[in-house]
Amino acid sequence: MVDLAVKIGSVALKNPIMPASGTFTEDLAGVFDLDLLGAHVTKTITPEKRIGNPTPRVCEVQGSMLNSIGIPSKGVDHFVREIVPIYQKFSAPLIVSISGNTMDEFARICEKVSVPGVAAIEVNISCPNIEEDGKAFAMRPSTTLRVMKVLRGATDLPLWAKLTPNTGETPDVARAAESGGADALVVSNTLLSMAIDVKTRKPKLGNLMGGLSGPALKPISLRMAYQCAKSVNIPVIGCGGIETVEDVVEYLIAGASAVQVGTATFVNPTTMPRLIDDLRAWLFAEKFQSVNDLIGSVRDDEAADSVVFMEAAP
Amino acid sequence: MTYTRAEFPIESHSAPFHEVDCQVKSNEAINDEYYLLILNAPPEILDCKPGQFFHLLCPSKDGRSPYLRRPMSIYGYFPDKGELHFLYKAVGEGTRTMAQLEAGERLNVLGPLGSGFTIRDEWQNLLIVARGVGLATLAPLAQEALRKGKNLTAICSARSPEMLMSVERFRALGANVLTVTDSEGTSGVDDLEGLIESRIAQSGVDVFYTCGSNRLLKLLQRLGAKHGIAGEIALEQQMACGIGMCQCCVRSLRRGGEIVYERVCKEGPVFDLQEAMEW
Repeated sequence: MVDLAVKIGSVALKNPIMPASGTFTEDLAGVFDLDLLGAHVTKTITPEKRIGNPTPRVCEVQGSMLNSIGIPSKGVDHFVREIVPIYQKFSAPLIVSISGNTMDEFARICEKVSVPGVAAIEVNISCPNIEEDGKAFAMRPSTTLRVMKVLRGATDLPLWAKLTPNTGETPDVARAAESGGADALVVSNTLLSMAIDVKTRKPKLGNLMGGLSGPALKPISLRMAYQCAKSVNIPVIGCGGIETVEDVVEYLIAGASAVQVGTATFVNPTTMPRLIDDLRAWLFAEKFQSVNDLIGSVRDDEAADSVVFMEAAP
Repeated sequence: MTYTRAEFPIESHSAPFHEVDCQVKSNEAINDEYYLLILNAPPEILDCKPGQFFHLLCPSKDGRSPYLRRPMSIYGYFPDKGELHFLYKAVGEGTRTMAQLEAGERLNVLGPLGSGFTIRDEWQNLLIVARGVGLATLAPLAQEALRKGKNLTAICSARSPEMLMSVERFRALGANVLTVTDSEGTSGVDDLEGLIESRIAQSGVDVFYTCGSNRLLKLLQRLGAKHGIAGEIALEQQMACGIGMCQCCVRSLRRGGEIVYERVCKEGPVFDLQEAMEW
């Protein structure tokens, strides 16, 4: 029997497979038993009601997709009152994703979602910060440190910082998040992208640009997850382009303690339970007793730090 | 491997849906533009409601397959024969890939999804107005209406008589079918308005059903408001997940003096005619 259980700080997961924020709601219970999952991660909520971005909100590129949903949200009060109770019927830990446009907003919502039934808070610091010219908090080590300190002061729950690939300072941002009080890193969010319809010459997304997700993003997120795992002592959760068990295994070898699956669920809603079965079978075939023996087992002994932490393609 | 859900642990207003590999029974061009795809389908996905759709995983043929699924309205569902029918026009990457499917091959479908049309008991005289492939979406509604013993009139519009879709299907079901076409000069808004007004005057109309066209939406909203006639419209939007999670497929609706946004895949694809907005 293979042991799939992992720990993300104080949060125990029965397996390392969980959904990525924004690609999961209780609607998925229509397809499989949600208690098969290691954790439940809800879509990012904001303090106030928001309608989201103009349509089209999604477009395809070869083998992947772009989205600019824009965090439509019914607000935090609705979330605490209506959504949190739904998840109390499951045993999987509930991870709540939050965001704010300012440090104050962020702190306020962090306090409000710190309620019984919530196991950890994923802080989406990849969103634009209007106090810093719209630059995402997680683009820079300084703003990452500041926002994480504010959030750390706002709750006693574990904080998982969701990083952005739209930065050239991944290891520094990772260390800043850890110093600011993050209990884990989620690596990473989508990459800013664009697509244009050549016939109409219009951008394919209503909001001009959006985030790339799906298999095309995986090598980038995997590189970041690896660099983050080498930079910090807190757990890293890999996220980006996971579709097959080989993708999961790759992230775990790179140093991720768990993974989030997002876009693949849109294509095949049973992707996550299939990955759990496939991971168990893979570990058994490779004679692992526990998934923990695989985590961080990348064979990079010879690599110098300057190579491990490079921020530009050689 | 398929995953059947366990005891449904949460309250949900949505009926069960399934992800299933279906075998293609046939997939043939029925005229220059349209194809009819017939799948052999298991009973659990054939408990459909008119207006619902399936999310199709278009197959890879030459290594370039569309990444996302494609929502496709149901043309017909036949639990007795174990068949699921789709009528489609091969226009984009997804539908062109679908057109290459051959009998015996498999197609992964997710569904049935969405909220369908309503047929209230007190409605006796039903009027369908639709154009082109939009008529396909309304064919299951016609079947259900006639099964319930309603009087159904279908005004079918197309570019030319050869492009009139589903007319025989509607007739076979016992609907009173009126056809209008661009080539005969009978499909203009004024002509349609006259035709609908005369239906209202002759036998009365309790409800309008339509889909897809701004022009028809505006006309039917106006006539519905004028005569106090209810109405429903099936709307489209680009989708990713199809099951309510991603928030991609929202449409704006007028409700209670404000603009609200709802998901085509979940609250829709069928919406109240007067709440629907032009696009």
